[in-house]
Amino acid sequence: MEFDLNTLWFFLITVLWVAYFFLEGFDFGVGILLPFLGKDDTDRRVMINTIGPVWDGNEVWLLVAGGATFAAFPEWYATLFSGFYLPLFLILVALIARGVAFEYRGKDKRPEWRAWFDRAIFFGSALPALLWGVAFANIVNGVPIDGAKEYTGNLFTLLNPYALVVGVTTFVLFTLHGAVFLALKAEGTVAEAAKALAKRLALPMAGLGVIVLVWTFLNEAGDLDGTDVAAVVASVLVALAAVGAVLAVMREREGWAFVGTGLTIVLVTVTLFLYLYPAVMPSTTEGVAGLDIYNASSTNMTLKVMTVVALIFTPIVLGYQAWSYKVFSKRISREQFTTTKS
Amino acid sequence: MDPLIVARWQFGITTVYHFLFVPLTIGLALLVAIQETLYVRTKDVKYLKATKFWGKLFLINFAIGVVTGIVQEFQFGMNWSAYSRFVGDIFGAPLAIEGLAAFFLESTFIGLWIFGWNKLTPKQHMWSAWMVSIGTAVSAFWILAANAFMQYPVGYEVNAATGRAELTSFLDVVTNKVAWVHFIHTIFLAVLTAATLMLATSAWHMLRDRKDAVYRFSAGFASVAIFVASIGVAFSGHWMGQVMTDVQPMKMAAAEALWETEQPAAFSLFAVGDVENGRNHINIAIPRALSLLATNSLDGEVLGINPLQAEFEEEFGPGDYIPPVGTVYWSFRLMIGIGFALMALGAVGTWLLWKQRIADTRWFHRLAVWALALPFLANIFGWAVTEIGRQPWVVYGELLVRDGVSPGVSAGEVLVTLIGFTLLYGLLAVVDVYLMKKYAQEGVTDEATADEVAKALAY
Repeated sequence: MEFDLNTLWFFLITVLWVAYFFLEGFDFGVGILLPFLGKDDTDRRVMINTIGPVWDGNEVWLLVAGGATFAAFPEWYATLFSGFYLPLFLILVALIARGVAFEYRGKDKRPEWRAWFDRAIFFGSALPALLWGVAFANIVNGVPIDGAKEYTGNLFTLLNPYALVVGVTTFVLFTLHGAVFLALKAEGTVAEAAKALAKRLALPMAGLGVIVLVWTFLNEAGDLDGTDVAAVVASVLVALAAVGAVLAVMREREGWAFVGTGLTIVLVTVTLFLYLYPAVMPSTTEGVAGLDIYNASSTNMTLKVMTVVALIFTPIVLGYQAWSYKVFSKRISREQFTTTKS
Repeated sequence: MDPLIVARWQFGITTVYHFLFVPLTIGLALLVAIQETLYVRTKDVKYLKATKFWGKLFLINFAIGVVTGIVQEFQFGMNWSAYSRFVGDIFGAPLAIEGLAAFFLESTFIGLWIFGWNKLTPKQHMWSAWMVSIGTAVSAFWILAANAFMQYPVGYEVNAATGRAELTSFLDVVTNKVAWVHFIHTIFLAVLTAATLMLATSAWHMLRDRKDAVYRFSAGFASVAIFVASIGVAFSGHWMGQVMTDVQPMKMAAAEALWETEQPAAFSLFAVGDVENGRNHINIAIPRALSLLATNSLDGEVLGINPLQAEFEEEFGPGDYIPPVGTVYWSFRLMIGIGFALMALGAVGTWLLWKQRIADTRWFHRLAVWALALPFLANIFGWAVTEIGRQPWVVYGELLVRDGVSPGVSAGEVLVTLIGFTLLYGLLAVVDVYLMKKYAQEGVTDEATADEVAKALAY
């Protein structure tokens, strides 16, 4: 592994996806749990308000990951989004529906109005939680790409058993991450129900995680390079984090449980990107290597400009996002909503 | 079925739709931040009520602007992968910077603004409004800088080996004169759009004899904003016309239905064109006016469509390099007409404010309510001139639209997403109009303490 700007940008894009999955992971989870843990409208308002001030900022990590991929690896951006066309379309529709639902749900008091937006929040969270897993499994495992860097498969190429299992795993992992987040951020009935549900999800999550890690290793085992060895090490760390998360969930140590599920998400993402490196979209087509950090990248000049920009803005963004989390660090309770008229 | 046609419709529909919400967001963010500043400075509760009332409308609108913006970030890759490969080295950077410098700012501080009424100090809260406003403006700049590369590519060279445009000067890209003139024009039209909504809503309430001080204040405030912003729109538009005459003469010629080069050139008021034969049947024109507008001189030369077409054929080979003249010509006229109509509305409102009659001049209120749709129409007509006038190029002089489309995506797939987005966007429009109307007509409400405001705005 040679450290150059292309590698740096591969690393930065990894960081963007890590942040996105860590942050939006719990607000996907909250959305998925809405119909199950929100027994009445007040409970559902408690749940939505735990992520109210932050979900939009969390989602921007995705937009920046998209923009950064366009800027640093335009060929990757072009092949990925024209290739994974219909799944991406579904993700976009889901993100639109849930974003609007968060903002509009409370703007009308009729129960059927709120029920429709609750459905939008559930499906809008569940679909991407599943499909991002499917998409990344296919990226790492490779898809048919021709010599002109165009994807030549179809929708069903992407829906292979490995990818679907990874999708189910991200779905369960984000749901658990959301449950643990609710245990940490809500008060009363919602927090209690979230703890109980987390206990039921923790072991299945760990089980699925192990299956995915082993399956991914077997897929890659034929051809291990230096960073793949690092990926194997990271896999072991994922397992440790997942075990830690399970133990913390069982003992109702919600702070540690959140660290555990968060670390699991971070390390799983890192593992997948380590297996991927230095490719960005390997091809399964005979005789075609596919896209890597060199043949998919922008010029060195563009990468330099983007590096300077990232160095300036990233600390600023992290600063005010952290401040925002601090401002809204208090738990959300039913009392906040039952005393008001609206 | 040709995927190109479907992809073009998809880009047109999703982008025009997005831009119905964008100017209102940029404009209201600024106007609400100003009103909140007035409140923090004076502690007059009227300004707090105004901030909250217009803030609610702002948030309803902001939500759709945000979610439809997600599509914008990805559809270049989805439907225009060949374009993305060609321009990515230059075009991707402004998009990424927009996310990093603007979207984070907007999204984080909008959360602080909505939920922070009883958690931040009044000053911190006011600054959150300003951060949102700055975020919307920064976002506008970077996306327009990206668009400017399509209008007037600079700071690059085409690498014969890779077959793509590659960056040679980032400074040239960010100082592209098209980016700056479009940015200034956009900020002014955004204020114009938001102020028109503010005036129309206030007028609607005053027509129903609701004399709350907030409506009186907002009507005057908005009238001045309309007047000032429309002057800004006119001057920046004039400058834009001159820049376009220079960098995209074909667009200006089409906007004028000017078939042959003229010196001095007349400004057409009404023309019936014969596109087949490259001439006009009827043309009522003001002598020398186009020369003045396009070149700042009464006898400047303005190039015509036919000689420009010949020039293009000589340089790029046989083909049709003429944009749809009728659409561009009429869009241009309607945009300018609306701009001046709004300037008149703003002038009358400002005068009535001066005469202290703005709260009880009913014909003005009626006029203002009817004006509500105008800025939205003008914004769309303006983009029609800019983007349809750029045809058949996607990067002017470098890449044709038909060469930018994704080769691996079938017409059926594009059609599925076109129908999907159109239905979803249609549904969102219904919900948005319902909520905007509901909250606009409900009018100013009475929560005065930070706690009450916080509860009224939370999810």
